[in-house]
Order: sequence, then structure tokens, then C-alpha cells
Amino acid sequence: MIEHLFDVLLALLITWLGWRAVTDRDSLRAVVTFIALGLMLALTWLRLRAPDLALAEAAVGAGLTGALLLVSLKRRQSRPEGNPIEPGKEES
Amino acid sequence: MIRKLFVGAAASALFGLLAWSLYHLPAHPAGLTVQAHAALPRSGVSHPVTAVLLNYRGYDTLLEIAVLLLAVVGVWSLRAMPAGGPEARGAPILGALLRLIVPSLLLVGGYMLWIGAFAPGGAFQGGALLGGALVLLLLGGLGGALLRHIGLLRVALSAGLLVFIAVGALSMAVTGTLLQYPEGLAGTLILVIESAAMVSIGLTLGAMFHGGRPVRAEGAGDDE
Repeated sequence: MIEHLFDVLLALLITWLGWRAVTDRDSLRAVVTFIALGLMLALTWLRLRAPDLALAEAAVGAGLTGALLLVSLKRRQSRPEGNPIEPGKEES
Repeated sequence: MIRKLFVGAAASALFGLLAWSLYHLPAHPAGLTVQAHAALPRSGVSHPVTAVLLNYRGYDTLLEIAVLLLAVVGVWSLRAMPAGGPEARGAPILGALLRLIVPSLLLVGGYMLWIGAFAPGGAFQGGALLGGALVLLLLGGLGGALLRHIGLLRVALSAGLLVFIAVGALSMAVTGTLLQYPEGLAGTLILVIESAAMVSIGLTLGAMFHGGRPVRAEGAGDDE
């Protein structure tokens, strides 16, 4: 019973976090939401009895991808003119 | 407006299709579980996931490691990034913390690699920990010196793929099939491949975080 409740909450939380990560206007908050989403996904893999995937998801999906997103965010903000990759229109 | 409606309808249709196919999945899939478990004693490892990744479906993993190397080549081709310059120095407290955390990350990464033969773990998880250690070093201003040895870095980045291909070629010469390990040697060969792959994966992730082809920064030559 309590496990089913946990699973349902997890599914709802992941849907909500995914929605927030995509739609949030504040990029930094979206990235933090994405990291939280990765951790919840790792929990999901654990619940699906796939600990290998849970480890990889927590380390790569949440940790390193989050770090990559954070550093790109920081570099885009600190020197927009020095960016050799032309930012697209949708990034305004 | 029309486009939004269209995208919404397409997304709903896709969701419906996925939900429908998920609902109709068999409760007890036949799959290859029985065969995979039956062949486990001959695979060289006792953890089924590692057996699938490095033995049964070794070719997939070989290509995955090639993709990781291609990703670094892609990032490096975009721009050069000074490594280990004077501006990269971090805060002293962070440096003291790194002296504690980085060695333990390396230790746990090695443990992950070793335990992958028997339990959840393996080269990707261990490599991710190495990558995390490298990210921390870069944040603390200590990793630049590591990335500046560009020749060594290139060798280490491609080591995973090269060792994998070498093992594949050797096993092909012995058994006649690509990545069909010789009987009795599978465990050793898997560990050799995974060790090289772990180093490459960790450095790949760290190099991605660095964000460009490392070049010598001005005034960085004083601490060689």
C-alpha cells in the first residue's frame, strides 16, 4: 500500500518537475529543477529494480549534466559577446 | 494557433499510442532472460547487466564509447579554452575540501569498476565518478594543470575505444568472431576493457565540463 502511494507520488512529481524544467522562464531555476528531476528518475530506476541505471542516472543524468548546464549558463551570462556559437532567437 | 493545436494533437496521439502499447505489454515477458542467465557462468562475470553490456552485446558498448569520443572531438572543434590560467584559481577552503573528496571519489570509482563484475556498478558508473572528481578539480582551479598535457590527454581519452578495438581484434584472431572472447579469458578481458573505458569516460566528462580544446593559458607555466 505505502509503496504504491510512493510510486504514484513519484510519477506525479516527475511529471510536474519535467513540466517545470521545460516551461520555467528563469533558466537557473529550470536547471535546478532538471537536476531534481534526474534524482527522482534515479529513484524510479531503483523502484523498477534497475540499480545499475539508477547509479548512472544519478551520476550522469543529474550530476554531470546538471554541472554542464550550470557552467554553460554561467558562461552565457558572463560574456555573451565572446560566445562563438551564435545564440538562437528562442534564447532571448 | 493552428500549429499549437497540431502539435498538441500529435503529442496526445503519441502519448496515447505509448500508453496503449505499455498497457498491452505482457505481464511476464519471455525475452532472453532465461538464455542470459543460463550463459552467465561462461560470460566471465556474475552480474547479468555487466555480462550483457560487455559480453553478449559488447558491440553496442563499443559504439557507445566511440560516441563519447566523438562528443569530445565535437566540443574541441568548437573553440579553444585556456586551461590552468591564473584566473582559474579557486578559493582556499574549496582546495582543502578537494584534498579530502577527490581521493575518496577515485577510490569509490575504482571500487565501482571492480564490483561491476558481481553487482551493480561498472565502467560507466566508475567513469562518472572520475568525471565528477575532475569537475570538482576544475571548479577548484586544480584541474587545468591536468588538462594541459594535451598529448597524454588525447591518449587517455581514446584509450577506452582503442583497447576495446584491440581486444575485439585479438579475440577475432583467436576465435574468429568479433568480441567473442576466448573461453576462460572473458573475465580478464572485460576488466581490461572496463579499466581503460573508465579512464576515458571520466576524462571525457571532465573535458566536456572544461568546454573547449584545452590550450596553455598565459602565465600558467610557473607550476610545471
